[in-house]
Amino acid sequence: MNNQPILQVQEATKSFGGIVAVNRVSLDVHDGEILGIIGPNGSGKTTLINCVTGFIKMTSGKVLFRGKNISGKPAHKIADMGITRTFQIMRPYYSLPCYKNLVIPLFSPRAKRTGGWRGGGKLGDRDTVGIDILEEIGFERDSFVPYKIASTLPTGYLKRLELARCLALKPEIIICDEIFSGLSMGEIASMVPLIERLQMDGITLIMIEHRLRELFRVANRVMLLNFGEKVIEGSPEEVMADDKVKEVYFGSEEVEEVMSHA
Amino acid sequence: MNNEQRRKERLDRGIKVRTDGLYAIMSLRELCYLTVPRLVLIVGMLVLPLVMPSMYWQRVISIVCIYAFLALGFDFLAHFVGLVCLGGAFFIGVGGYLAAILNTFWGFPPLVTIPIATLLGGAICTLLLLPCLPLRGVYFAIVTLMYPLVLMRIIEALNILGGTDGIMGVASFANRWIEQYFVIVMVLLFLFGLRRLVNLDIGLVFRAVKDNDQAVRASGMNITFYKAIAVFVASALGCLAGACLVHMYMWSGISLFALDFSILPIAATVIGGAGTVVGPVLGCFILVPISELLRAFGTLRIVFYCLILVAFIVFRSEGIMVYGQRKYHQFERWVTI
Repeated sequence: MNNQPILQVQEATKSFGGIVAVNRVSLDVHDGEILGIIGPNGSGKTTLINCVTGFIKMTSGKVLFRGKNISGKPAHKIADMGITRTFQIMRPYYSLPCYKNLVIPLFSPRAKRTGGWRGGGKLGDRDTVGIDILEEIGFERDSFVPYKIASTLPTGYLKRLELARCLALKPEIIICDEIFSGLSMGEIASMVPLIERLQMDGITLIMIEHRLRELFRVANRVMLLNFGEKVIEGSPEEVMADDKVKEVYFGSEEVEEVMSHA
Repeated sequence: MNNEQRRKERLDRGIKVRTDGLYAIMSLRELCYLTVPRLVLIVGMLVLPLVMPSMYWQRVISIVCIYAFLALGFDFLAHFVGLVCLGGAFFIGVGGYLAAILNTFWGFPPLVTIPIATLLGGAICTLLLLPCLPLRGVYFAIVTLMYPLVLMRIIEALNILGGTDGIMGVASFANRWIEQYFVIVMVLLFLFGLRRLVNLDIGLVFRAVKDNDQAVRASGMNITFYKAIAVFVASALGCLAGACLVHMYMWSGISLFALDFSILPIAATVIGGAGTVVGPVLGCFILVPISELLRAFGTLRIVFYCLILVAFIVFRSEGIMVYGQRKYHQFERWVTI
């Protein structure tokens, strides 16, 4: 990893009226790593990435992408630079078949510029490219699934479709908002290698997650948020060993109680 | 008591299953299956002016086509882009006044003023609607309803463009056959053009904006830009209708901003079948002549008109075209369960 972080967030703050959802959070993401962001419900994880991806405007603070200030830019410009995101509540185009869902990102200026899937050459037929991407992400090519209307698909496939939409843009960073939530253990087990492969392809990932076990398996670094503030940051082992995690998740009194019983 | 329940089973016809979206025609019969409905529409519309009993009814056909332009635009915006636009009168007004000005002040013939009014009018309407494009749903609908009222009052209050008298002495088409076939051919062109458009890649982007605009933003696309393109298409259609109307009546006045032009296309879309593109045109072919026939009832006309509308909405709320397509593409049979 080189020294220049691919994404830097400096003192990001977002307040909704009197409530400070994200309070002076700073983070660095390096090229090719997986950063996990954890924290209890309402700790500001999603708000933080909404700020980074331009879906909401930060109250103050700065976001740097490869040293360039991107704070305040509209969401589509940020996506155009290669910072893509999935949504916690999946947002497929319900009335379109799955592979047609991917025609939309493939039609975007970024996909046209980068010259299509797997680099080089002119972008071919978008339908075919879409089915290729879907196969790569775990849709069986010969089954009916890629051709089904998106509204008829189960959650597991929709989560993959979210990821496929990001991949169609040939992103540099993918921000996954709870990609594992709502999935069965089996579905998660098949998703983890996918995440690992994306990392091997050189994509930087930021993962917001409640599934700590799976996250700690894939993440290089983990950051803990609580009440919109960064509590600790470090390697998964360091974070796991830290008492603050239990404190944040279970409440400090309970931890003391558990400790005294032990 | 009879415990046996019956359920209607629906099966797609073979060719429909095999060729959904992609036509692989294997016999003359299948060729007919695909082309006959389209041919009936095209030939039917082309023959219509010839079989009309009088000039009055020929004019009614022209008016039907004017409304068909608006209904096409409404259906496209509402069901493929997700913008419910009540500004039909706004488009008609802008297109109509532009054509009238071009014709009376500069003396351009109708076949020049109509294309200019269509494109320029579309651009003007899009520019004026640009600030409202971030709005969605009922908010956009209300704002677009305001536009024709605003323009009408401006013309009335400032007494510009002929004020309440309007612009008179607009040239008519060379003869009534040119008038008839010009609008009919245009309706057919735009009908099939729009059907093609919504299935192109850019059409998929429009439909995606309707389904989920946030996901389109996350895909790196400017949704306002795509909405503006869609509004341009729909408003150009409306302006074309307005320009034709002005040359038909040889007069342009503030009645071009009448609420009829905003509301009737919506009723036609509901009756014809929303989201089918063909449906709204059929809806116009039903509603406008009915409204003419009911003139015999004098002042009770509106009452009967409303009753017919209510009956359609209550008993066939899906629309004629959706119903018809289902009957055409599927076998239906009762099965006991």
